[in-house]
Amino acid sequence: MDLIQYSFNVEKDDFDRAGEASSNIKKILRQLGIDGAIIRRIAIATYEAEINIVIHSLGGKIDLEVDPKSIKVIAEDRGPGIANIELAMQEGYSTASDKVREMGFGAGMGLPNMKKCSDKFEVESVFGKGTTIKMVMYI
Amino acid sequence: MKINEIKELLCAEILCGEELLGCEVNYAFGSDLMSDVLAYVKGQTVLLTGLTNTQVIRTAEMAELNAVIFVRGKRPDQDLVTLARENNIVLMMTRDTLYTASGKLYCKGLDGVQIEC
Repeated sequence: MDLIQYSFNVEKDDFDRAGEASSNIKKILRQLGIDGAIIRRIAIATYEAEINIVIHSLGGKIDLEVDPKSIKVIAEDRGPGIANIELAMQEGYSTASDKVREMGFGAGMGLPNMKKCSDKFEVESVFGKGTTIKMVMYI
Repeated sequence: MKINEIKELLCAEILCGEELLGCEVNYAFGSDLMSDVLAYVKGQTVLLTGLTNTQVIRTAEMAELNAVIFVRGKRPDQDLVTLARENNIVLMMTRDTLYTASGKLYCKGLDGVQIEC
């Protein structure tokens, strides 16, 4: 298997379509015959990242890269960035609005859960510019 | 526990997935917080919730939940039902509250998801 790459746009505040990119990524991985347990971890981590782009940013994209040894998911957004990453990584910490909480999110579990689902997890954020999350899962 | 037994215990109305009622689930999880569902649910699980937006089905899809039960008589719109059908997720609706529905299932032997805090 050579390197396989896909990219999906994610719009801000588009709650009706939130999850479509993750759903597509899940289907692609299933077609590639990736192990079901790995797919589930990637789907959950990607969906958390997608929801974060929808609720916190001005929009962004999710890139998928699959090579024979690993799967990379890169979620990149334009927006306010994360003021304090250390704080954002704590379970229960959230800056989400009441509207987002009514949707069932904003419990402060997103970033910690993405890390838990990944073999390698990196978050880079420039305050006022945007955030990039890189997650790697080994096959 | 078979999904069909859950339907009977909760006097629930099936919204989609009739053909999957013979499937077994091992755990139940009750929450309106989808973040917690994504963080804690493992294995063959049924979700009980009062939330009826599309993200409930996306969450069920990603976490590979077998069934979603809407409590307190909450009826989702047709788009949500269609999305669940596409993803082979059983949807049902009960008039019971989250507490009552959970209690009925727990006392018949359906375990809760164990979480580490």
